[in-house]
Amino acid sequence: MSEIGLPDYLTVGAVLFTLGIFGIFLNRKNVIVILMSVELILLAVNINLVAFSAFLGDLTGQIFALLVLTVAAAEAAIGLAIIVVYHRNRGSIAVDDISMMKG
Amino acid sequence: MTVSAFFFYVFAALTIASGFMVITVRNPVHAVLFLILAFFNAAGLFILIGAEFLAMILVIVYVGAVAVLFLFVVMMLDVDFAELRAGFMRYLPVGAAVGIVLLVELVLIAVSWTLLPPGSLALKSPIPPSDQVSNTQAIGRVLYTDYVYFFQVAGVILLVAMIGAIVLTLRSREGVKRQDVAAQVARSPETAIEIVKVPTGKGLSS
Repeated sequence: MSEIGLPDYLTVGAVLFTLGIFGIFLNRKNVIVILMSVELILLAVNINLVAFSAFLGDLTGQIFALLVLTVAAAEAAIGLAIIVVYHRNRGSIAVDDISMMKG
Repeated sequence: MTVSAFFFYVFAALTIASGFMVITVRNPVHAVLFLILAFFNAAGLFILIGAEFLAMILVIVYVGAVAVLFLFVVMMLDVDFAELRAGFMRYLPVGAAVGIVLLVELVLIAVSWTLLPPGSLALKSPIPPSDQVSNTQAIGRVLYTDYVYFFQVAGVILLVAMIGAIVLTLRSREGVKRQDVAAQVARSPETAIEIVKVPTGKGLSS
């Protein structure tokens, strides 16, 4: 157990990914925590990409982790803007109340 | 146990523990703070694996921008978070079942994964030796040549996100006096002043 290899990093990524999925189930009513869970999932993806990049000796994985980071930042900004607008209009951010577009 | 292995276990355990706290604590402000801790420890993992540039970008982008944005929104919105936690226990069994199945599958894949021996793969952009070229320099050499279109598209995505966030949250309030530059510029002496004859002893009543 002295040498840290690819499986160790992949396990950390897997556990973090599972925590993100679990968080979406657990906090089904709170949009903000759901967004934070999505950030955890994207962090797990980044850990996997960087681990493969390092152990394969290929820089492509790090480039893709950089692009995932960009998309995550854009997604957080848009998601939080939607939450702010929704709270302004309805006075609540509970997921169950977001049903205005139901036919 | 070598020093790097020790640090790997420290960073990995702290990342997972703070990730767990993010989804379970009651106070969302605490959740954001634990998210920041998770990002810091993930950056530590990146440094251990030799991706220093991504570690620094992770700290700057995630901790400096995304997490602060979360903190800002959580503190700005006056929401009763205790009410939002109702049903927390109701979804626990389903979530736990799905999570455990997913975790077991992912860990089985991760542990059984073996890489082909080095040299047998055709690498797209091999990492240069780190004593000659730093990580940042190596990423720059690849990012601005082979992946320049991806880089441009990332910039466009950020621009669209910025414009979208501004358009979404901008509102024109009623009853607020704003500076109207066009009206100011369009003023002329004829529209600005009025010359009246004042009769003696009468005063003006407009």
